[in-house]
Parts: sequence; structure tokens; C-alpha cells
Amino acid sequence: MREITLSQAVNEAIAEEMRRDPTVFLLGEDVAEAGTPFKVLSGLVEEFGTQRVIDTPISEPGFMGLAVGAAMTGARPIVDLMFGDFIFLVMDQLCNQAAKIHYMSGGKLNVPLVLRTNMGATRRSAAQHSQSLQALVAHIPGLKVAMPSSAYEAKGLMKTAIRDNNPVVIFEDKLMYQDKAPVPEEEYLIPFGVANIKREGTDITLIATSSMVQVAEKAADLLAAEGISAEVIDPRTIVPLDEAALLKSVRKTSRAIVIDEGHQSYGITAEIASRLNEKAFYHLDAPVLRMGAMDVPVPFSPALEDVTVPTPEGVAANARKLCAGDMIHAA
Amino acid sequence: MSPAKQTNSADYLRMYRQMVRIRTFEDNANQLYLSAKMPGLTHMYSGEEAVAVGICEALTDDDRITSTHRGHGHCVAKGADFKQMFCELLGKAEGYCRGKGGSMHIADQSHGNLGANAIVGGSMGIATGSALRAKLLGQDDVTVCFFGDGATAQGLLYEVMNMAALWKLPVIYACENNGYSEYTKTAEIAAGSITARAEAFGIEAFKIDGQDVLAVNELTQKLVARCRKGEGPFFIELETYRYHGHHVGDINRAYYRSKDEEKEWKDNRDPIIRFRAWLVEQGIASEEEIEAMNAEVEKDAAEAVAYAEAAPYPDVSEVDMHVYAA
Ligand SMILES: Cc1ncc(C[n+]2csc(CCOP(=O)(O)OP(=O)(O)O)c2C)c(N)n1
Ligand SMILES: [Mg+2]
Repeated sequence: MREITLSQAVNEAIAEEMRRDPTVFLLGEDVAEAGTPFKVLSGLVEEFGTQRVIDTPISEPGFMGLAVGAAMTGARPIVDLMFGDFIFLVMDQLCNQAAKIHYMSGGKLNVPLVLRTNMGATRRSAAQHSQSLQALVAHIPGLKVAMPSSAYEAKGLMKTAIRDNNPVVIFEDKLMYQDKAPVPEEEYLIPFGVANIKREGTDITLIATSSMVQVAEKAADLLAAEGISAEVIDPRTIVPLDEAALLKSVRKTSRAIVIDEGHQSYGITAEIASRLNEKAFYHLDAPVLRMGAMDVPVPFSPALEDVTVPTPEGVAANARKLCAGDMIHAA
Repeated sequence: MSPAKQTNSADYLRMYRQMVRIRTFEDNANQLYLSAKMPGLTHMYSGEEAVAVGICEALTDDDRITSTHRGHGHCVAKGADFKQMFCELLGKAEGYCRGKGGSMHIADQSHGNLGANAIVGGSMGIATGSALRAKLLGQDDVTVCFFGDGATAQGLLYEVMNMAALWKLPVIYACENNGYSEYTKTAEIAAGSITARAEAFGIEAFKIDGQDVLAVNELTQKLVARCRKGEGPFFIELETYRYHGHHVGDINRAYYRSKDEEKEWKDNRDPIIRFRAWLVEQGIASEEEIEAMNAEVEKDAAEAVAYAEAAPYPDVSEVDMHVYAA
């Protein structure tokens, strides 16, 4: 199968959906000629024109609001938010407006929009361009949240997101844009709420999102060399969450670590760990561990930044302790 | 440029020197990026020196500024030291922010620089709040809020200008209009007139040549004095130009900005070349004195870079320090 980058995968998904459905349009800062600073959208303005690939001023709450209004009245906007950190600027339009309108209208109004943005540290971009804020959005009922872990997921999830009748937030890891993966030429969609078992195992389950899937896979390699068999699962969407698949795996392995690049505290990992405790408690041989980014703003200095995120070695070390029955002190 | 008056020769020479310091700092920072010695990206201030220097030379250390992602110029102009700045750019422990902030968050408390900001428009509230504090506590310092033309698209600006005007706060909004917001021309993202937006709140607004350090300085001196008397706020739009790309990695930029346009600004409107010619013409400095000053600044910068390269990174134990104040 051909291999393309995550960036190309997103581009293809959007182009295909724009060809299929004339109500789909894009708006955001420097999305047209510049194709975004990460060049993810290059070429789209040439095909679809500036009517459907719209460069906006630096007015995030404003263009987010425009997207909500357009979505309520028959269009399917894709909002490009250059950095996930800017989600704080659009929170009112996203969480008070987009997320609640379907419910508040008794199901009469829909807000079919996609907010595509990014996450991820270690790019030396400091505290305001490195955050992984998926937990904030996942907390709000009415919003769906997708976290692609490779080009394959990025394409399939984006296409599903565009066709979904709800506001969907997609977090892409900004360090993965150039990562390649096999992606079929023919059309496919990845349904929301269906986890992907990346690797089967019997001793411990590593549940990981986005780029943490790679971290978990590398940890699984390290563990395999020591005779520990780790299962790696990528939920792919956080809301909806494929709870059944996670429970099934944990009931089999009886141990789990949940890894996500959001801050360790009050995060997605806590939610998943808690559900496992509630629903698989009697199958567990060890406490379910959370691993996230340290509870500090992301520091600029490489000497500090690199220690703030989960690493394969860190995951493997914790897995080793869980499998050995050692006491674990939550980090 | 207008003839020498008001200020004395020492002030003029300092203004020149500060502009050269900014240009030299940026040349070195760009070099650090190109030679892969600097982590991350940075936004060069080269070309816009007269704005930061003209304004900051009208301020004291008690006066505050808020800066932007393109913040090295403001930082130098407000009095910062090269060594601590380069250390910060390289993420070293002796940097202004102990390596935690980097280029986009550099701050220098000792000279009243409240910090660069990686959120466009993110400092508009901070600057206005600093001015509110001055008024509430009966202090006579003034705060200057630097931001770009692109940042005028942020709604926050209009909320805080309204309050600043209602409450007559000692704040000067300094819009550095360099014609571009990232890869987009200002005309494509800003409707109507920028100064008229301030005027709509009853704020006196000025549009001036940001490449003329004397004009910038003269106007700012007047506005600062008036701010101290309770006549603020004010708004200045300064026409200027950035010589480099949006950031150091933005090298192939012909698709949004022509080489001819860049050349025109560099050859005919450069703030340093213009001011240098004026200094010589007025007999304030000779060519030799100017060359000596340039050489001295270059030496300072080279030493500071070498110092920063050799300086240690912060100890890993610092990673969770400073999350909360004591
Ligand atoms: C809230 C926010 N939106 C978008 C960005 C990305 N961004 C960084 S600089 C910039 C352009 C700023 O233009 P302008 O205000 O004119 O300043 P200049 O870079 O020209 O100095 C953009 C869009 C950001 N940092 N913050
Ligand atoms: Mg600009």
C-alpha cells in the first residue's frame, strides 16, 4: 500500500469531502495561499477557491462564532485553529454555543462543524504553543473528540468528522505531520467510538492516544524483550469512547496504564482509569496507572521540556513494576 | 528628519546605539537558528528598530511595556542585557526566565518589561491592567502596549480600549504596522482605518512613520507627559517593515511578498541608515565614531553569544519550580 504523511492524509480527507459536499468549507488564519504554517492545507485554495478556503483575520472567537452560525443554517464548516493552545480563545463559542445548541433546542438545531487543531510538546515552542488540551473539550457534553494516531486514522476520522452532525474537535499531534503510514487509495471512513487494537498482548494493557500510541508501542517492544506481553490499544476517539473494547482487554490482561499527553491531573487518563476501576475492578491485579504530561506549563528549555512528557522507558518501567506486583507511587 | 532639538547629543547617540544593538542582536539570533544552535523558532525585529527605540527612549525604568512574539527589540530597547537575553534564547539557566520562557516569553522585570507574548493580542489586557493599577495606586508610570497590525483583529483590544478611555488610563497602544500578519497582507485582514477604531472610543490616535526614530520619540515624549497628567489613553499606529520572514524559518516568501518591496524598504527607509546620516549631517557624530560604536556593539553581542553557548542548562529539578508563587 502507498504511504503518505499525516499532513497529506488530512489534506486528502478534506479535499475529498469538499468535492463530495458543496456545503463543506474551510476557514482559519493563513489557510489559503500559505496552506497553514504546517502546510497541511496546501493546494486546497487552488482547487476550491477563496470562497471555500477562507483566510480570516486573527479573530479566533469571531470565526469560531461564524462557523457555529453557518453550521446551524446548512453549511459544514471546518475551522482551522493554528495551535491547540488557542482553544482557550474560542471556548465560549465552542462550549457555550456549539456544544449545547442541539440539546437546548430540543434536538431541532444541529451544529455540524469540525474544529481541527493540534497538540503536543517537545517542539521547543514553550508554554503557549505546546499544550494538549483535549481533556477540556472532552469534559463538555455535546462535543465529540478525535485523536488520530497516524496518517491512516487522520484521514478516516476527518472524513467521519465532516459528515457527523455534531461539533467535532480533532487534535492532531503537530510533531507527526511528516510521519508516514500506509493509507489506501480507495475511500474509507473510520467510525467514531471504535478502538483499534494496535498490538495484542496478555500481561498488561497500554491504552494510549495520538502520539502516545507510538510511545506505548515502543514500550511494548522493550517489554517484549523481557518477556512481558503488552497489549496496545488506541481509542481513536475520546468522545465517544469505546469502553467495551478497553474493558475487554483489561479483563484479559488484568493490568493497565493509560497514557495521554494532556496534563497528568484531571485528564483523559483519569477518566479512562476511573471507568476501568468501576467496571473491571474484580479483574484487576494492580491499580490502573495514569501517565500524562507533568503538571507544569510546558517549559522552553530542552533540558526541562523533555522530562515533562511520557517516554517509552517511563512507560516500560511502570509496566514492569505493575507486572512484578511492586507498589507504585502515582507520579 | 527634523533638526536636533530638545534632546542632547548623548540621547541621540544612545538611540542610535540601541537601534544597532537590536539589529546586531537579531543578526546573531538568526545565525544561532541557522546553525541549529537555538531551540525552536524566533521572530526577528530587524527593520522595526525605530519603533521600539523611539518609544522606549521616552520611558523610564518605572514605566512598563508589554511585548509580542516579535519581542527582542522591545526587550533590548527597554534596557535588557545581551547575556541574559541570549541565555534565554538558548534555554540556559542564566536567561531572563531561567530558560522557561524562551524567545516568545522573554521578560525583564528590572526594566519594566512585563514580557513578550505568544498569544497575539494576549498582552492588551495586561498593559491596560497595569495602567489601571497605576491610576488606582496613585503612581505616575505609563504603560505602553506593543502589538502588530494583525493583532488589531483581536476583540480584546476593543474591550480594553473602551475601558481605558472610560477611565482615562495612562496607557499608550502602539500598533506596529509592518504590513503583514504572518503570510497575509494587512489590507486583506483589516477593514477600514486602524486609527479610526481608537478614535471611535474617543482616544486620540496618531499615524506616523515608524522608520523615523526622532519622530517616534518626539511624539511619544509628548504622549507620555500627557498620560502622566491623566490625559491618556493614546493610540499610535507606526508604519514599519520586518526585514526577515514571519519567523526565522520563513525563507521562501516570494509567494506573499516581493523581493522588490523588501529591497525598497531596506535601501530607502532603513531606520538605522537614515538616523546615522542625520547624526553625521548634524555633526553629532563622525563616521569614525559611528563605526567604532557599531564595532563595540558587535563585540558585545559576540561575547554574549559565546557566554550563552557555554552557559549551563537549568538543573532538571527546576522543572516543577515556579508553577505556584510562594
Ligand atoms: C491568538 C493567536 N492567534 C494566532 C497566532 C499565530 N500567529 C503568531 S504571529 C501571527 C501574526 C501576527 O501579526 P501581527 O500582529 O501583525 O504581528 P507581526 O508578526 O507582524 O509582528 C499569528 C497569526 C497566535 N500566536 N496567537
Ligand atoms: Mg504585522
